[in-house]
Amino acid sequence: MNSALLIHRLHFAFTVTFHYLFPQLTMGLAPLIVILKTIGLKTGDDRYDKAARFWAKIFGINFVIGVVTGIPMEFQFGTNWSHFSRFAGGVIGQTLAMEGCFAFFLESTFLGLFLYGEKRLSKGLHWFSALMVFLGSWMSGYFIVATDAWMQHPVGYVHDATGSVQLSSFWQLVLNPWAWWQYAHNMSGALITGAFAMAAVGAFYLLSEKHTEQGKIFVRVGVIAALFVSVFQVVPTGDAQGRMIARNQPVTLAAMEALWETRPGAPLVILGQPNVDTKSIDNPIVVPKMLSFLTWRSWSAEVKGLDSVPKQDWPDTIPLLYYAYHIMVGLGTIFIAITAVAVFLLWRGQLYQARWMLWILLLSFPFPYIANTAGWMTAELGRQPWLVYGLLRTVDGYSKMVSAANGWFSFLGFAGMYTVLGILFLFLVRREIEHGPEPTLTPHLRQRMEEAFLVAEVR
Amino acid sequence: MSTIWFMIVAVMVAIYVLLDGFDLGAGAVHLFVAKTNEERRTVIRAIGPVWDGNEVWLLAAGGTLYFAFPLLYASSFSGFYLPLMMVLWLLMLRAIGIEFRTHIQERVWQGFFDTIFGISSILLAIFFGAALGNVVRGVPLNADGYFFEPLWTNWRVGAQNGILDWYTVLCGVVALVTLVVHGSLYLANKTEAELNRRVRNVASFLWPVQVLLTIFSLIATVYVVPHVLENYSKWPVGYLVPAVVIGSLAYLYFAHSRRNERGAFLASCTYIVGMLVGAAFALYPNVLPASTGPEFSLTIHNTAAGAHGLAVGFVWWTLGMLLALGYFTFVYRMFRGKVRLDQGSEHGY
Repeated sequence: MNSALLIHRLHFAFTVTFHYLFPQLTMGLAPLIVILKTIGLKTGDDRYDKAARFWAKIFGINFVIGVVTGIPMEFQFGTNWSHFSRFAGGVIGQTLAMEGCFAFFLESTFLGLFLYGEKRLSKGLHWFSALMVFLGSWMSGYFIVATDAWMQHPVGYVHDATGSVQLSSFWQLVLNPWAWWQYAHNMSGALITGAFAMAAVGAFYLLSEKHTEQGKIFVRVGVIAALFVSVFQVVPTGDAQGRMIARNQPVTLAAMEALWETRPGAPLVILGQPNVDTKSIDNPIVVPKMLSFLTWRSWSAEVKGLDSVPKQDWPDTIPLLYYAYHIMVGLGTIFIAITAVAVFLLWRGQLYQARWMLWILLLSFPFPYIANTAGWMTAELGRQPWLVYGLLRTVDGYSKMVSAANGWFSFLGFAGMYTVLGILFLFLVRREIEHGPEPTLTPHLRQRMEEAFLVAEVR
Repeated sequence: MSTIWFMIVAVMVAIYVLLDGFDLGAGAVHLFVAKTNEERRTVIRAIGPVWDGNEVWLLAAGGTLYFAFPLLYASSFSGFYLPLMMVLWLLMLRAIGIEFRTHIQERVWQGFFDTIFGISSILLAIFFGAALGNVVRGVPLNADGYFFEPLWTNWRVGAQNGILDWYTVLCGVVALVTLVVHGSLYLANKTEAELNRRVRNVASFLWPVQVLLTIFSLIATVYVVPHVLENYSKWPVGYLVPAVVIGSLAYLYFAHSRRNERGAFLASCTYIVGMLVGAAFALYPNVLPASTGPEFSLTIHNTAAGAHGLAVGFVWWTLGMLLALGYFTFVYRMFRGKVRLDQGSEHGY
């Protein structure tokens, strides 16, 4: 890999990975906040309004960092990947511009009303603004996933005289079948992050015997939502996406599974380190014929291996791709196990006393972030060496006018900036968790809340 | 169709500059006019509910530019690589300056974020002005439609352009002064008492500077790029634009001295739109002129996306903008009027 290509890939990978830590929580929390607000509105139970207000604060901090780290993503299509933008802008410019025109305006407007307007909106209107924030953030997700889906599975385009692609069918682009499964899988991944975060904060309160009333709500809503979406993450969305990859990108699947040779009755590798040079797997633990079954629903079906295409068309980082995929799948399985046990205990009425389970819930909150990141790495590394699958290679997509030195310069700048942002974020979120959903209103705190949430009256 | 999209992008950029311009101006001026914590809070509250929505116009304009003129987006964003990266960092700093100051009630913490907010706003205003200067002046495009500029070379306007030369620095200063006046007039609408008096003083003091800089920058533009006048002689109706610019500056002074806060702010809006429309009018049909020879210039014709895409986009863009206008009207009405920190909900934010 030449040094300019390397730094441009690293640049995008780093900034998008950091960025996506925040939207996955906001997209995951938004519907949960709507659920809390809805229960509060229906039952008139004040505890649910307080719960929603607490999560709105966490949401707000996340949202700010999500916005400021999101702007560079749109810019980088032009700054670091200008040849790609010139090639594909006639098509994916549609989805990216629509994100701005439909999702961002909606989201930013109603977020302001939702965070700052509770005192001046009626209860119904405040609920409505929460719903609109949810809608805006999920729309935003769809436009981005549709953009990526087009890069994975280009549809609705024609080549023009200069060799670039132009839109030929708007509906094919927006309703790309790849996008539907990828979106469902991605959003349920975000919900896993949101639900685990909610359960973890609840578990923390129960374990430390503070805010226990709210803690119980968080744990209850969190684990029920988490079980539901963890299952949905595997069946049908993960399964369907895997089979979509097998049909459309067989070499990607082969690299994810480290299947070197095309063979009937292909085994599923659970553990082991792939060795690209010897085309083998060290200390493998395999389930015979399982890959054939999962992919084609037949124990003896043939699965295409890496040998089915020339080496230049292989993904260029097979071990990383393999690990990303296996980490994602492994964690997804663990999530189902954890939440199934937690919901069982909840059903038996023992969850709030089961300290060992609360500890597990508390400590598991980082893992959905890892799983979501690994999932995106699987999607993006799996597409290599293509930037637009079958149409444009990654090596032809970066900005040829931007030298490796300039790329490193801004990469280091972002690395420094994001370190500071990350520390600030952890610091502020920790403070909110410490204050909790039911802070006692000292005059000092009252003023602080006025400042922070810019509400005219806090009583 | 590409002419329509040229106008649409120009309008979106103008809306961005109008709206986020007063946030930047308020940020640039607040270190100097807002002395006490209460005054700082008042400034933050005056822009707090709207700045994020205002910044969305930058994203929406950028997205629309990408969609309508992919080659222009690709070429200019990679060519202006270094200043854009710095703009990104400054936008981040500005955002956390506004949003995180309020989380902790502590002098040092708040002073730190106030300073970040102020400095990043000042630099952003200069960068945006210099960017416009680069577009008007032209950049060293090659035959493929690409270029790369270092931050500066020898500060002269010539073949070896840097992002910064005397002309683009001048444009940056014009932008800074314009946005400081704009932001001060916005704050005048939003504040009372001592703070109100100080921001009005800033505007009074800077108005003659703004007039002089406007005249000087127009002369400099004609000197640096003589062909900017071509479109004006071709379509003399264009001379209305400088007339509007001069008229709005005069009305700004008139309204300001009569304490017509709203009128003065609207005059500043008209001035900014006039300057931007004047630049766009002079550029058309170029979107990024080449300093290496007119045959390399990027125009609306050689950068536009395919006709089908542009036509489809027109439908959803219209829908999206109607919705956005609705949201903005609603929010600005919700938060209209002066900011009063400790009085009930009908005035505060």
